[in-house]
Amino acid sequence: MSVLVYVEQAEGKFKKSVFEAVSYAKAIADQQSTNLTAISIGDVAESELKELGKYGAAKVLNVSADQLKTFVNQAYASVIAAAAEKESADIIVLSNSFSGKGLAPRIAVKLKAGLADGAVELPSNDGKFSVKKTAFSGKAFAVTELTSANKVIALNPNAFGVKENPTEVTVENFATEIKQSDLGTVIKEIVRATDKVSLPDAELVVSAGRGLKAPENWGMIEELAGLLGAATACSKPVSDADWRPHSEHVGQTGISISPNLYIAIGISGAIQHLAGVSSSKVIVVINKDPEAPFFKVADYGIVGDAFEVVPKLIEALKAHKG
Amino acid sequence: MKILVCISNVPDTTTKITFTNDNTEFNTAGVQYIVNPYDEIALSRAIELTEGGKGTVTVINVGEAANDPTVRKALAIGADDAVRVNAAPRDAYFVAKQIAEYAKDKDFDMILTGRESIDYNGNQVAAMVGEFLDIPSVSIIKKLDYDGSSATIEREIEGGKEVVTVSGKFVASCAEGVAEPKIPTMRGIMSARTKPLNVVEAVAIEEVTKVAKYETPAPRGSVKLVPADQVESLIGLLHSEAKVI
Repeated sequence: MSVLVYVEQAEGKFKKSVFEAVSYAKAIADQQSTNLTAISIGDVAESELKELGKYGAAKVLNVSADQLKTFVNQAYASVIAAAAEKESADIIVLSNSFSGKGLAPRIAVKLKAGLADGAVELPSNDGKFSVKKTAFSGKAFAVTELTSANKVIALNPNAFGVKENPTEVTVENFATEIKQSDLGTVIKEIVRATDKVSLPDAELVVSAGRGLKAPENWGMIEELAGLLGAATACSKPVSDADWRPHSEHVGQTGISISPNLYIAIGISGAIQHLAGVSSSKVIVVINKDPEAPFFKVADYGIVGDAFEVVPKLIEALKAHKG
Repeated sequence: MKILVCISNVPDTTTKITFTNDNTEFNTAGVQYIVNPYDEIALSRAIELTEGGKGTVTVINVGEAANDPTVRKALAIGADDAVRVNAAPRDAYFVAKQIAEYAKDKDFDMILTGRESIDYNGNQVAAMVGEFLDIPSVSIIKKLDYDGSSATIEREIEGGKEVVTVSGKFVASCAEGVAEPKIPTMRGIMSARTKPLNVVEAVAIEEVTKVAKYETPAPRGSVKLVPADQVESLIGLLHSEAKVI
């Protein structure tokens, strides 16, 4: 019995959400009085792999097969399941990232395992292994018992936090046979906007809605986000009108996020929008309508015109940063 | 071309979510059900790809007879026929197994789902169906083109996108961007009444998860308002009180 965490790399580096998944998996390993092994697939330098020891991984399995340099969820799932078998791991942890969402269900089927995705807390320690996960698009949580012998958990970004737990770590190469039929998807192109903070795992988010009146008014939103090191987001009407890309739409039918800070500008706060952002730790609402429903779920609010408030906020932030 | 689209029956997006029976069951009283909005996107793309006699679209739902109006709605949008696997959908693992069992000998070129259902937010079914059938799956896609034998797909990744090709049968879960959701026409609604809706029985599969109870998010304290002419004090509060910047 042990815990295995899949550490997703992007261009040879691990992101904060990976260290968070390792921290979470380490806490589960401690609960279960067992060891934590990490598995990395793709080109990652040994020094980067050893970073995982900082958060509690005792061993890192390094898979660097040529066919697996880029993500193929079928083959990755096979490799992770093989590693779970080798390590006698019965609990598999991953980050609930875009790739994690494609991978976790396949691993669960391979291992006949119950899957809790969108996990926000550690499993219960009462022998039932119940995991609290988001449900109803942020309007509720479902405490889900994983009743199978093997268990898979996909952790929501920003739910647990990064916790250091310095551990002596060894790196081991791991190779397993890769079936040709597992390589059915071929990546032709990867496009990454390197100058922008990615929204799903962002700690700070600046979001704007129809109150901004037109797409050309997003300059100040971008500037504010840039100063804060925040990701930008928007409400559904804005992405429906193609003022902003769909990937920025947060809400019930967009993506759900749980940043430390969510600043909503010119968004009234319809129930569908609130669903996607209600697990943000701190919510700031800027709206000229004092009756906007968003104020009811906000921690801080400014009743005022976005076109006056946001430029002042930018000036104040510049002054604050010196 | 034969496409199978998986349809989930979910509470309308405006539903206030409450629970009964000591928070162990979703309170269905007064709830309006709809086709899961993401599944509508998948269905709309399937209809576009098969338009003009290029193929057929079958929708499949795992659920009890109460789901039939939702299934009929999918037929009204433009699916050719429908299948309902007659069982309460226990969890994604159960649902995926039922869909895979139905699909395994039907020769569908592709199986599409929505990126997630808006009730359990799993995004599990597509990849699980792929695994049960041992065929490729691509999750959370934003664009889908098909040339009759292979597909070119854009999938979302953190801060960008990935363009993927896949040959042969596959499963994909669709997000916004894949298609504009189609609205049923009056003719569609009329014809939906007579389109085939076949009911099949479920196969047995082991239980792997069970919802122990539901919780609702803790209410927030009341909002602290900052006057519009003292914007700089908000920065101070976020820095020293909330400690988020």
